[in-house]
Amino acid sequence: MEHYNMNLTLKVWRQQNAQSQGAFETYSVKEISSEMSFLEMFDVLNEQLIHEGKEPITFDHDCREGICGACSMHINGQAHGPWHETTTCQLHMRAFKDGDTIVVEPWRAAAFPVIKDLMVDRTAFDRIIQAGGYISVNTGNAQDANNLPIAKDKADESFAAATCIGCGACVASCKNASASLFLSAKVAHLALLPQGDAERKTRVLNMVEQMDKEGFGACTNTGACEAECPKGISIMNIRRLNAEYIRAGLSGSIAK
Amino acid sequence: MSLNSKIPAGELSQKWSLYKNNCKIVNPANKRSLEVIVIGTGLAGASAAASLGELGYKVKAFCFQDSPRRAHSIAAQGGINAAKNYQNDGDSVYRLFYDTIKGGDYRARESNVHRLAEVSANIIDQCVAQGVPFAREYGGMLSNRSFGGTQVQRTFYAAGQTGQQLLIGAYQALERQVALGNVTMYSRHEMLDIVKIDGKARGIIARNLITGKLERHFGHAVLICSGGYGNVFYLSTNAMGSNVTAAWKAHKQGAYFGNPCYTQIHPTCIPVSGDHQSKLTLMSESLRNDGRIWVPKKQNDNRKPNEIPEDERDYYLERRYPAFGNLVPRDVASRAAKERCDAGYGVGTSKQAVYLDFAAAVIRYGTIECSKQGNHSPSAEEVRKYGLAVVKEKYGNLFDMYAKITGEDPYEVPMRIYPAVHYTMGGLWVDYELMTTVEGLYCLGEANFSDHGANRLGASALMQGLADGYFVIPYTLGNYLADDIRTKAIPTDHPAFVEAEKQVADRINKLMSIKGKQSVESIHKRLGLIMWNKCGMGRTAQGLQEAIVEIQALKKEFWSDVFIPGTIEGMNNELDKAQRVADFIELGELMCKDALNREESCGGHFREESQTPDGEAQRNDEEFMYVAAWEYNSDSKWTLHKEALNYEVVKPSQRSYK
Repeated sequence: MEHYNMNLTLKVWRQQNAQSQGAFETYSVKEISSEMSFLEMFDVLNEQLIHEGKEPITFDHDCREGICGACSMHINGQAHGPWHETTTCQLHMRAFKDGDTIVVEPWRAAAFPVIKDLMVDRTAFDRIIQAGGYISVNTGNAQDANNLPIAKDKADESFAAATCIGCGACVASCKNASASLFLSAKVAHLALLPQGDAERKTRVLNMVEQMDKEGFGACTNTGACEAECPKGISIMNIRRLNAEYIRAGLSGSIAK
Repeated sequence: MSLNSKIPAGELSQKWSLYKNNCKIVNPANKRSLEVIVIGTGLAGASAAASLGELGYKVKAFCFQDSPRRAHSIAAQGGINAAKNYQNDGDSVYRLFYDTIKGGDYRARESNVHRLAEVSANIIDQCVAQGVPFAREYGGMLSNRSFGGTQVQRTFYAAGQTGQQLLIGAYQALERQVALGNVTMYSRHEMLDIVKIDGKARGIIARNLITGKLERHFGHAVLICSGGYGNVFYLSTNAMGSNVTAAWKAHKQGAYFGNPCYTQIHPTCIPVSGDHQSKLTLMSESLRNDGRIWVPKKQNDNRKPNEIPEDERDYYLERRYPAFGNLVPRDVASRAAKERCDAGYGVGTSKQAVYLDFAAAVIRYGTIECSKQGNHSPSAEEVRKYGLAVVKEKYGNLFDMYAKITGEDPYEVPMRIYPAVHYTMGGLWVDYELMTTVEGLYCLGEANFSDHGANRLGASALMQGLADGYFVIPYTLGNYLADDIRTKAIPTDHPAFVEAEKQVADRINKLMSIKGKQSVESIHKRLGLIMWNKCGMGRTAQGLQEAIVEIQALKKEFWSDVFIPGTIEGMNNELDKAQRVADFIELGELMCKDALNREESCGGHFREESQTPDGEAQRNDEEFMYVAAWEYNSDSKWTLHKEALNYEVVKPSQRSYK
């Protein structure tokens, strides 16, 4: 793999706090190696800003391995940037070339208010989980794990849904700012397992109700969420969500 | 103060049962008025907070991330051990206990490790009940795989994302308790001091990272579950935010620090690519199940890996350790890689890397798959096609990650790997009940020193975090709080809270007023280099002495020349980082002092002066079979306390994987 260096222009959203008005600021960075990750390029920019006595750009990031779900930049109009099924922290500068201009924004959604610069408040997702994204089993209640065989295809399908990292890219990519993909992944993960069966109906009703309460939009099956999801969570989960929701409604269950 | 590890009397295998039968219990009505603070919401913290909430305690949980689901436990890839013996391959509680003691190079406490092995099976049951989607066989039963340092298959896994699935299980249990009102969650909060009243931990000072405001929180007990301190090396596989601050504040308030020098350097990480590097990425140890590690037999061989014929490759782990081969424990594998690279056999542009090669596995799996289809004389292409499919199913996400980071296709060329800092076995000293030397202050998970001795075996970190949180602390905390039911919640205008908050505020003001020239990051990088070069994989008395002097000088530089932009009010990541780095600097000095004191090699701690003729770690049981527990006195001054390790069941021997 040939490595190269590049000079870039960055247009980055700056916003002091949730109350203030934000705006784009333009920066230039030089001698960026193609081997760097996108966030390492931001580290270089931030060191540069600190050196100039300015405030660095605030952004969420933690594991930098594509698994914690903290990073959240909207890059050139795409959640997590141009690479397919890749978080911002795993995006590498090989994706860009010398002279490029890169526009970086926070997630845009009413339910994800900006905290500062590129950092947003995603606690709405935690509250959706609180509404029912769990199996009600206290520590110590469990039987032997192998007393409950689960067919491999079901287990695999459940796992695939459970790999959602809760980053919010689906919401940021959706024209309605819907959280349907996130919510459906959790509903599917638990509905596919026998352990999740007892609470299956109330779970879906309560979680959907909470999603609506948080101000996320409705799903109109555009599919942008699936296209931009860094973990490749399938839109078929939304189909399952709708089926679960209707099933629960028809059975006469109501949200608590 | 002398150390009392409070190990229960009785036979090793009966100690935990006897303890549980005899410990004090708090009745449900009283639990409702007892408040517990939990710092950190990884596997240990989330499982503890959820379980204590279920029991009825009033829990307050704190994390610095935006959500408890982001804690670094999420990045654990390979799996979690449990003595289920589902494979009928001779596993047992005793064997898991024995492997862990031996893997830890006979520097862990027998009683704790046995308890860990005992509750390991319950963890799997609990996680499955929560809906954790572990890998399964076609018959619907749970699947297992092998991990380093063991000869049985006892590792449960969920593809290469076991930590994520376990953490989400614990997180969901935690959020359920939040919804029920038993746990109050404080995300984007950092604990900056412990508040002690009458010698007992009674609360904390925390900083709201969004507003910058300091907050006082009362608790009848405080649990530190804040993870490890590998980021003292700057470059490590830890998350960027992982830090020692909560544990360090506890240490400065009287909690002894146990075995700070025990660091795990993981053998299979993606090598450093340049000065811009912000962190290192682990490639799961499970890859060593199928990957073969090698370097060229010729020094400075610049040929491409595929151009080097089989007989010119040195599969050095298989050569040196025929019994365990590529599955030797991490410390052994890491040192062997370093030895080859130092001797001039390293590969890649930096020459600080070795190959991890799946070619043989592709052929092996491909042949099996073809044979399953009745094709007993497949072509090389057919074998490769089916073999790649199997490898992809097993390790696909890891291979993808490797390709994204390096730009190379690991299905075509062998991976390049090199050891990197991954885990810290050291941590706050705790007794059998997980209580530190401060009454009412507990420490769980990686943040404590307890179960892994001088080296942790793969797939044991997840096990320990969840064992502490789900199955140990609910008992041991009750035993303490049963005597505290008459203590009413102490108002946070108590002078101890006022004074602690003032100390924290003064320190923040001082940091902001330095207005020097160097960024926090640049100083952290320099600390990391000192630590890696002189307190890393190989340590010498001279190097450690130099490191101590260099770190003390760096500390002076930090406190006179660091520059933190922005203000105290509002979100200020640089200020958050500066406070963490200030603590890392102090910790770095203690790690070097501990490493200097321990004039032997054991597990991850390799003193070059102390090795066998064939380059293996040479323990000195006569003089060093103890836990080094350091008491903080004042700036750069510590007193060493020793907890003797008594092996009643296992007979320590020279660890051999040959």
